[in-house]
Amino acid sequence: MLLAAFWFFATLMLLFGVSVVLLRNPVSCAMSLVMSFICLAALYVTLDATFIGVIQVLVYAGAVMVLFLFIIMLLDLREEKSRRLNFGVTLGGVLVVAAFLSIMTQVILSTPAFAIPTPTIAGPQLSDVKMIGMTLFHSFRLPFEVIGVLLLSATVGVVVLSRRTLR
Amino acid sequence: MDTALILHFLTTPLVFLIWTTFLKTFILLNVVLGVVSVTVFAERKVSAFIQDRIGPNRVGIPMTLLGGKKDIPLWGLGQMIADPVKLLTKENFVPAGVNKFFFWLAPKLVLLPPLLVLAVLPFGSSLFGVEMTIANINVGVLFIFAVTSLSVYGITIAGWASNSKFPFIGGIRSSSQMISYELSLGLSIIPIFMVCGTLNINEIVDWQIKNGWLVAPYWPHGFSLDQLLHPKDLIHSLIAGVSLERFLLWIPMMVSFVIFLVSIFAETNRLPFDLPEAEQELVGGYHTEYSSMNFASFFLGEYAAMFAGSGAIVSIFLGGWSLPIIPDGSHGWFWGLVNIGAWFAKVSVILLFMIWIRWTLPRFRYDQLMKLGWLGFFPIALFNIFLTAIILAVVHH
Repeated sequence: MLLAAFWFFATLMLLFGVSVVLLRNPVSCAMSLVMSFICLAALYVTLDATFIGVIQVLVYAGAVMVLFLFIIMLLDLREEKSRRLNFGVTLGGVLVVAAFLSIMTQVILSTPAFAIPTPTIAGPQLSDVKMIGMTLFHSFRLPFEVIGVLLLSATVGVVVLSRRTLR
Repeated sequence: MDTALILHFLTTPLVFLIWTTFLKTFILLNVVLGVVSVTVFAERKVSAFIQDRIGPNRVGIPMTLLGGKKDIPLWGLGQMIADPVKLLTKENFVPAGVNKFFFWLAPKLVLLPPLLVLAVLPFGSSLFGVEMTIANINVGVLFIFAVTSLSVYGITIAGWASNSKFPFIGGIRSSSQMISYELSLGLSIIPIFMVCGTLNINEIVDWQIKNGWLVAPYWPHGFSLDQLLHPKDLIHSLIAGVSLERFLLWIPMMVSFVIFLVSIFAETNRLPFDLPEAEQELVGGYHTEYSSMNFASFFLGEYAAMFAGSGAIVSIFLGGWSLPIIPDGSHGWFWGLVNIGAWFAKVSVILLFMIWIRWTLPRFRYDQLMKLGWLGFFPIALFNIFLTAIILAVVHH
């Protein structure tokens, strides 16, 4: 049943991903991206990573995309006119993507690590929140703190730049 | 087919899980939508009481229509039916120039998130051995935040798709308001995680049963019904409940509670924070262009969000379904029902409080609202996290 859910949400995610590119209305594109994120979260849940799934919805669908939508609405973008497809460009694009996909398939099929099915996790499971917390704050404490300082300096930089009065 | 076979099929673990979950969802959904219509009625009655009016008191059974001599007023309870019937029978008007698809989609997006939140709230202990939570997941509290953070889409999209000035301003206001208050909402809950050590709402409720509600500074230790017969044990458990840690932790817990409560008001767009639909400035805000059932969806969504928010407050801070001394559902179905009743009673109290606030406080100005969120609650919630950490570190070591 989980496998069926996985394929269902994977297909749905790809469909919404494609519609981000194909739709002409910017708000529709943004909403498709939101739906794609939600499907991705569902994918994580089918892989037993509930925490990551919830965080995916909370951060990307709930915060980042709201700001995107906010800006799209404020800019009042008009609907793009549908252009006529240039045959040469389309053919080139299809060729490049097909070549990339075929190479990827070759690599994945020839790597022995992917052929071995990983065993299901046995025994009592730690909650994934705890495991992520231990990894972040125990094994990778220094890199985590360095990233924190980096983000703080970026935030302070934005505040300083935006406060500067125009002369 | 004989009944033993059907019974056997129904009690196999997976099948049992599926049909009990469907049953729980169905019943909870119906009860909650019922409670919502009662809340609307309560809103009318309480507002009338606060403003020294009488409120709806005549809409009952219209006996005169059926050839009787006199109507049965029924304390105006018929208003609960009259309101939705009025909304349903109106013309569903779609103005020219709207984006049809998103105009249609927005009311559904408003209604969906609050109903999803109900999935993780433990509304009772257990009944006949079935856990009274629809989905007992490990990250329940985060699930609530994730789902409520999606509720902003409905309102924003409604404002944009209406293609009209006032709804648009309402939608923009609401999205910035919700993003701002989500921060303090999320930060205010972190001290609870630190104290309880879990993100699972059921475990938070269990913690509160053992150690007392998070908003209570004192709780008898190991208090039970049997102890009432043994005064010596009773005094012992009363004294054992006194601890310095609880009294110290009460300060950050109360701060968290107040911030959470006020942020829920802002998240559900209730007065004093109902700027997205401020009638005096924005006609009707984001739902100006909506009529009939689409408008009713917004209405229903707002009250369902109130219910879900109250449910979250009750489950996290007010001990969920638990009451002192009352045992849980494993002692018999009667106690299970009492627990469910206790949860709904607590939620009703919070709902009444929300209505009371609405008709008491005037609306904030927009800059005041933002100032309160960013310069008031945000730093206080951050400071509160450090305070909790210090108290936990000092008392434990």
